[in-house]
Amino acid sequence: MTRLVVDARRLLCPMPVIRVQDRVKGLPPGSQVEAICTDPGALNDIPAWARISGHKVMETRTEDGEYIIVVEVGPES
Amino acid sequence: MTKQRKAVALISGGLDSLLAARVIQEQGIHVEGINFFTGFCVEGHTHAIRKKDRARPKRNNALWVAEQLGIKLHIVDIVEEYKEVLFNPKHGYGANLNPCLDCKIFMVRKAHEWIRDNDFDFIITGEVVGQRPMSQRKDTMPVVARDSGAEDRLVRPLSGQNLPPTLPEREGWIQRDRLYGFNGRSRKPQMALARQFGLEDYAQPAGGCCFLTDAQYSVKLADLWQARGEKQYEMDDIMLLKVGRHLRPRPHFKVIISREEGEGNFMQGYRKQYVNLATKSHAGPVALIDGEVDDQDIVLAARLVARYSQGKTADQVEVEVKRLDGSSERLTVAPLSPGEIPQEWYL
Repeated sequence: MTRLVVDARRLLCPMPVIRVQDRVKGLPPGSQVEAICTDPGALNDIPAWARISGHKVMETRTEDGEYIIVVEVGPES
Repeated sequence: MTKQRKAVALISGGLDSLLAARVIQEQGIHVEGINFFTGFCVEGHTHAIRKKDRARPKRNNALWVAEQLGIKLHIVDIVEEYKEVLFNPKHGYGANLNPCLDCKIFMVRKAHEWIRDNDFDFIITGEVVGQRPMSQRKDTMPVVARDSGAEDRLVRPLSGQNLPPTLPEREGWIQRDRLYGFNGRSRKPQMALARQFGLEDYAQPAGGCCFLTDAQYSVKLADLWQARGEKQYEMDDIMLLKVGRHLRPRPHFKVIISREEGEGNFMQGYRKQYVNLATKSHAGPVALIDGEVDDQDIVLAARLVARYSQGKTADQVEVEVKRLDGSSERLTVAPLSPGEIPQEWYL
């Protein structure tokens, strides 16, 4: 299974969402994208974007002041 | 079988675009949302930076609106392309550095390109005739349709009955009598329609969602352009204009001084790009110097920063200065007195 990392450190929302959105484009269903963010707003915005886009949030966690959100690509990417 | 018609709605996150999209959804059209990120959007950024704002529940209103509507939202980064709109607005600026009419034309043009690329049929906006002094007037709304190239594929459902019939109406994809005839600045018809749709929680209209409509922000942006001798900016510039006190003691440099801990933390991220100062003998702000400075300038900046520290009434304050080459030094300076800081320094 593909897992790609999106480095969205120092970007403020909605830029982390845009980076994930653009990275997900064209990926096969089941692929995973891990976003590393420093804006805590990403903890709300990326899951909200995933819900309306048919993707699934597999994991959210905080590590050393960074917010990590793992999104699994849905069937209609 | 009738073809399923598709529309893309410009979603700002406010009530009007929410209602406009909903009105068209009610007519059986497949609607998706599009949101353009210029870098000047108000919501989110100050929220993410300022500590006092971080405690408030945070949401991106455009995403929230899309979720309420049950539609997809495409967020498009137009930061680079937007510069030309801001530098040379064909229709001029509004009360501040807000190029509202050119901005609307640009966004509708981008949406028009998007519908062509994605095989959609028309565009929806939440514009209301007479609602905004520049971009939403009876005489300028046709200009948006014409100059964007969208022409009669641009539908304004909240004011549709006040405007000439569009292609989707003429073709029978949507019914004109199920559009609305809102007019003017009153928000009451929108609020009534929201109640009718069972919508109670929505972003309160606050005179636009763009920093460029803010007088103080525009002054700082104009100062930046003047100091650099050209209309130019990078994303970091427009972010830093949103934080801290900005004071320009000399034409060739300004000092950005954090006002609270959240801003200080945010500004720490720029330590490698700007000469930066922090008080050491007393609690105090983080400060960045924008411009090329000599030793005399740095002492002046240090005295200024000391003024905003808890040592402002002390005889001397120790200030650490970190330069771009990585070197640092500690200066002991007398804080400037309020009388030594002319009002013209404040941006």
